[in-house]
Amino acid sequence: MIDLLDRQLLFVSGKGGTGKTTIAAAIADLAVRRGKRTLVCEMDAKGALANAFEVGELTFQPTELQPGLHAMVMNTEDSLREYLKLFVRIPLVARIGPLARTFDFVADAAPGVKEILAVGKLCHEVRQGHYDLVVVDAEASGHIVAQIDAPRAIRELVHVGMVRDQTEWMLEILGDPARTGLVVVATPEEMPVTETVELVEKVRSTTEVDVAAVIANRVLPQWFSAADASVFEALAGQGAAAEKAQELLAQAAGPKVATVFQAAALAQARRDVAAEYLARLRDEIPAEVPMVLVPELFTRAGGRRVVSLVADALQDELT
Amino acid sequence: MTAGERAARRELAELLSAKEMVVVCGSGGTGKTTIAAALGAQAAITLGGRVLVLTVDPARRLAAALGLGPMGHGAVRVPAAAFAEAGAECRGELWVAMLDTKAGWDELIRRHAPDAALRDKVLANPLYRNITGRFVNSHDYLAMEQLYDLHASGRYDLVIIDTPPSRNALDLLDAPGRMKEFFGSRLLKWLTVPYRSRLFTMASKPFYQVADRILGSRFLQDIAEFFVLFQTMERGFVARAKEVERLLTDDGTTFVVVSTLEAAPAREARYLAEELRLRKMPLGALVLNRTLPPEVRQPAAAKAASKLREAAADTRLLDELGATVHADPQAVGHVLGEVASRFRDVTVVAGREAERRRELEVVVPLTAVVPAMANDVRDLPGLIAIGEHLLGSGSR
Repeated sequence: MIDLLDRQLLFVSGKGGTGKTTIAAAIADLAVRRGKRTLVCEMDAKGALANAFEVGELTFQPTELQPGLHAMVMNTEDSLREYLKLFVRIPLVARIGPLARTFDFVADAAPGVKEILAVGKLCHEVRQGHYDLVVVDAEASGHIVAQIDAPRAIRELVHVGMVRDQTEWMLEILGDPARTGLVVVATPEEMPVTETVELVEKVRSTTEVDVAAVIANRVLPQWFSAADASVFEALAGQGAAAEKAQELLAQAAGPKVATVFQAAALAQARRDVAAEYLARLRDEIPAEVPMVLVPELFTRAGGRRVVSLVADALQDELT
Repeated sequence: MTAGERAARRELAELLSAKEMVVVCGSGGTGKTTIAAALGAQAAITLGGRVLVLTVDPARRLAAALGLGPMGHGAVRVPAAAFAEAGAECRGELWVAMLDTKAGWDELIRRHAPDAALRDKVLANPLYRNITGRFVNSHDYLAMEQLYDLHASGRYDLVIIDTPPSRNALDLLDAPGRMKEFFGSRLLKWLTVPYRSRLFTMASKPFYQVADRILGSRFLQDIAEFFVLFQTMERGFVARAKEVERLLTDDGTTFVVVSTLEAAPAREARYLAEELRLRKMPLGALVLNRTLPPEVRQPAAAKAASKLREAAADTRLLDELGATVHADPQAVGHVLGEVASRFRDVTVVAGREAERRRELEVVVPLTAVVPAMANDVRDLPGLIAIGEHLLGSGSR
């Protein structure tokens, strides 16, 4: 298996609400800890990445958040502008602004153009070697295939022109498992597991991109061993013996001990449900795709602190 | 149950009885589909009338519980017997349908093409397959059209729609406007100018030069041909988009935002509330799903937990408990210690939730709460249990 952090371009996707932005930020954080010059890029400009790092608005122009850690948001208009500046030497630099805006209409209409401008920018960064690792907080599972597969779609549709010429080197980067990988984030719940299994299958069968890992996020801790669980059941469950036990406990710790046990029972039940989904996830994704577990965090903190804690958890799993 | 919770149930029930259409939105993973179905089931029970729940992509087990096939077309009635089996008396009728977000463009073309010849021409266009669904979110638009049709059919007293998982929940609401905009756009006008005169008028323009150089004129020409065909359907599309847009801001329509009390969904809910306000789309209620029971935040519960920790070391008590439940006293001690110490995790989460709830209540006056359930909701009784949390049991 190729180590996740030894690649140069990682797309992080997953169903909405599974924590893909946090995972992308944590992978970047971990890479920086290992001394890698890292760029993390948010694709949908919703501001989740800025929230994760607790910084102000991020822009297309990368911001250095801390030594070695750079962050940006994708903007296809800026990407086009940069592309025109770099590749199309037309004597119109001054008018590139309105031109790019007009062009945006075409980008909206022509299949894959927006996607290729986004993916192209990322591949460009990889090719230029400005960074050791580019981590992408990519589109959610419903849209990620269109995104990573854009160069191939363009190559099939566009027969001449500069865009087509550009697709060759992009495909080379995207299709090389030593350089590029897709990380799919799932939580142990029904829909995220279903979507993850479908996405992994689709990416492996229709695109060139290697599925680097599935990350099961927010895995609830196991409170009890199997033996302890049956003791808990005997204490907290139904029946005369359990009632007697609850009485003894109420005498010792007060009547609200019932609330404490209810909370434990709820957590235990949720965990059992989650364990089933986790098993299904492992079972239904191909064995060669590694699965990494990140535990649910019980912390007061949010933002940067959470990113750091998730990075700790990833570090434990990846070594 | 607090007086505030009772009032919230009554107000939510009033909201549902006053409206004809409820759009349920919120970020992914918050249980939107379940809440939409629970609202529908309970509305049918307590308010009566014909209630339709339109879902998008239900979890398989929930779909099966409601009698929805894998690709269900048309509305299916949940049998009255199923309610009786669940111990509920249903005054009205509950119908469920799955929004077909896969049919996409073919369906739209069939609907709006002025004649069969043109329809076949568009469907056979080589670029059609590749282009469709890219320039406007056709699935979102189609969902809105289906919603309009159902509403216009006059067959239901209340339609509850569960919105598709969008990159942005607002894509759906903006879809009709974008469709209108698209037909009025310079792009379409430019692309559909007859090719030769376009060369004549546009060839000198830098835009065309650059577009040509980057994409190749053949590709642009292919696109243009397709759009010429497409433009013949403008009237149908635009008229319908306007109607759908009007429906969304109609007095009979309200929005319900579903959120959990985790950071990201709560932030998204606040954002959604603000965006709805800007669009003059009325936000009727906020549903906070999977909340922890408020009792866990009581100081007495924390005190009980810390006493339980002490009890875990009390050998006399452990012996007694062990004898009572026929277990090794040492194992009992371990379990008690674990239960006590993990309770702190629970209170941390509960405290965090309470704070977010206060923040959200400022934004949305009517807030309904659904507690975390031990198991996933997979059947009608489960939906009804949630529905009762939202609307009350109707026996007030």
